[in-house]
Amino acid sequence: MEDMSNYPLELTGPDVPMVRFMNVTKSYGALVVLDKLDLDVAPGEMVTIIGPSGSGKTTVLRMLMTLEPINGGVIYVDGQPLTHMPRGGRLVPADARHLRKVRASIGMCFQQFNLFPHMTALQNCMEGPVQVLGLSRAEARARSEELLELVGMIDKKDQHPSRLSGGQQQRVAIARALAMRPKVMLFDEVTSALDPEVIGEVTAVIRKLVAEHNLTMLMVTHQMGFARDISDRICFFFGGRIEEQGPPDVLFGSPRRDRTRQFLSAVKEAI
Amino acid sequence: MSYQDFLQTYAARILNGTAVTAAQFLFASGVAILAALIAGLGKLSANPLIRGPAVVYIEIFRGTSLLVQLYWIFFVLPLFGLTLPKFAAGFLSVGMNVGAYGAELVRGAIQAVPRGQWEAALALNMTPATRMRRVILPQAFLLMLPPWGNLIIELLKGTALVSLISVADLMFQAKQINASTYLSAQSFGTALIVYYILARFVVTPFMRWLERVMAQRLGRT
Amino acid sequence: MSFHWRWDFTFEIMPRLLWATLNTLMAAGLGYAIAMVLGLGLALAQRSRFRLLTLAVRELVEFIRSTPLVLQIFFVFYVGPQFGIRLSPWVSGMAAIGLHYSAYLSEVYRGGLASVPRGQWEACIALNMTARQTYLRVILPQALPPALAGMGNYLVGILKDTPMLSVIGVAELMQTANAIGSESYRYLEPYTLVGVIFLAISLPVAGLVRLFEIRVRRKLGMR
Repeated sequence: MEDMSNYPLELTGPDVPMVRFMNVTKSYGALVVLDKLDLDVAPGEMVTIIGPSGSGKTTVLRMLMTLEPINGGVIYVDGQPLTHMPRGGRLVPADARHLRKVRASIGMCFQQFNLFPHMTALQNCMEGPVQVLGLSRAEARARSEELLELVGMIDKKDQHPSRLSGGQQQRVAIARALAMRPKVMLFDEVTSALDPEVIGEVTAVIRKLVAEHNLTMLMVTHQMGFARDISDRICFFFGGRIEEQGPPDVLFGSPRRDRTRQFLSAVKEAI
Repeated sequence: MSYQDFLQTYAARILNGTAVTAAQFLFASGVAILAALIAGLGKLSANPLIRGPAVVYIEIFRGTSLLVQLYWIFFVLPLFGLTLPKFAAGFLSVGMNVGAYGAELVRGAIQAVPRGQWEAALALNMTPATRMRRVILPQAFLLMLPPWGNLIIELLKGTALVSLISVADLMFQAKQINASTYLSAQSFGTALIVYYILARFVVTPFMRWLERVMAQRLGRT
Repeated sequence: MSFHWRWDFTFEIMPRLLWATLNTLMAAGLGYAIAMVLGLGLALAQRSRFRLLTLAVRELVEFIRSTPLVLQIFFVFYVGPQFGIRLSPWVSGMAAIGLHYSAYLSEVYRGGLASVPRGQWEACIALNMTARQTYLRVILPQALPPALAGMGNYLVGILKDTPMLSVIGVAELMQTANAIGSESYRYLEPYTLVGVIFLAISLPVAGLVRLFEIRVRRKLGMR
């Protein structure tokens, strides 16, 4: 058992990060996916994770969304422990109730969109606000329509997902996640399942979010140009660790590590 | 009476009953497979004189209950001069009933063989009969084996009904033992366990084995 | 006895048989209602985190599915009195047939639940839904349409298995036909009529089940 006394019950002070991974370990049996990860994301920061497949980058987002349990360390969101809760002056693994409380500040968009197929675009967006947040239907509708407007999907609000293209579905999924008013948004390879010609409509929406909203965002993507344009910071993952991180111009322009250079040149060749 | 005493006293009768059940099962399986093949192919025929009877057989036997069919074959057929011994009436009813469900499996599997196979056989100038026998049926057989596995279990369970026309199968023996001892949990419980063993550890493994062998024969390992 | 069909006898016994048909329909309906609820329990139990429970329920379902219903009916009816519990034919019949079909329906439910992609569960977590909301609002509406065909088949199946209830004296169609046969020594008409009545019910029911399935799919916006 890990000694939990090294971890604070909550983060305080002037520079509390929106997200903090502290010593986080994740393994499947003998396979270590993430090895003692430390990562801070400041409020309003846009951080993009890049790296070869199997480097653990998607796992970072899935752990933050509590889709995967962690095997060691603590994740904090907005100063509060997410994976743990204080009990008797120390941290113990979080129960379902605590998870639900802290998870409310996180939203996520998936590679496969995961829209509910039996609901229209508007119903997909209203589902969370009505059922989970307890908003009135009128409030939820107003909020959802505003967001569908933002992602350019208001004309299609009464269509079921099966009638929408991949790009359109992903835009609805972004609106659905935003309707929960999260403080942190996670984008997990949101353009990977899309046809090349519709990738632009999804990246345009994310660009708009970055420009106009003060959201904290964590993104995993293979679109290097897009990542370079909009990120405040790039983290290059390799073998379950952060091999190198820094501002986009520095990491893409003059990477210091060999592995980063190799990865970036391999990606460039593929284009 | 302890359960051990019970088994010692009635083991012979239970084993006899099991043997009769096994015989009913084997004969009924033969009838079912034959009826399924004939009716399944018949339903695909372009000739309404062949297709009609096949459809009527399938709908009647699928649309009514096995027990109704069993009583009809055993009690009503003799009125038309066709008297069957109860043993034969038993496995014929069960086989004809399951055969109607099997016919749909045969039909579905034949239709599921890819179009390219039909066209390739045609390109080789095979007669329809050769095409069916050499190309389509072997592949269809592999496709329908898994659902036949379930159907054969239904058939095994169906044989229990022949006890109701006094065929001395496992179910019948359990009823007799119960009637003379009032040890219902022991007699019916033992029969349940024997059926379970037959289904789970004899019939199902055999069907799995058959699936593997057939897949190997067709070069799909 | 004779093989000549007697219409006067047919009309004489028809009211009794039609009355018994109501009992048959009631037995099928009651049994199916029990099976639907119990089956959901058996299906959900197999998704539980407690491995021992999952294994035990799995084995129970296999056991029920691989042993004859008629034997289960006898078992439920006769084992009670041995331990001082007397169940009426109706109660034990409904218990046996409901339990039998709950095993089949649990498999149908399981298949339906398994057909819902993992991403749907994850989307529910990302929207912070409770387990109850996840099942009721997202998972079950999607698990239902693929399960409907199987559920419909077993509705017809349970109807056709109700004649087995005659072995413990439930006054459904088969039992009534048996009674008529032993009173009048005429079997041709009662047994044939029972067959015709079953055809007349099960063929339209099978058709209605198809229609219903198509409508539900359409209503849930799935093609």
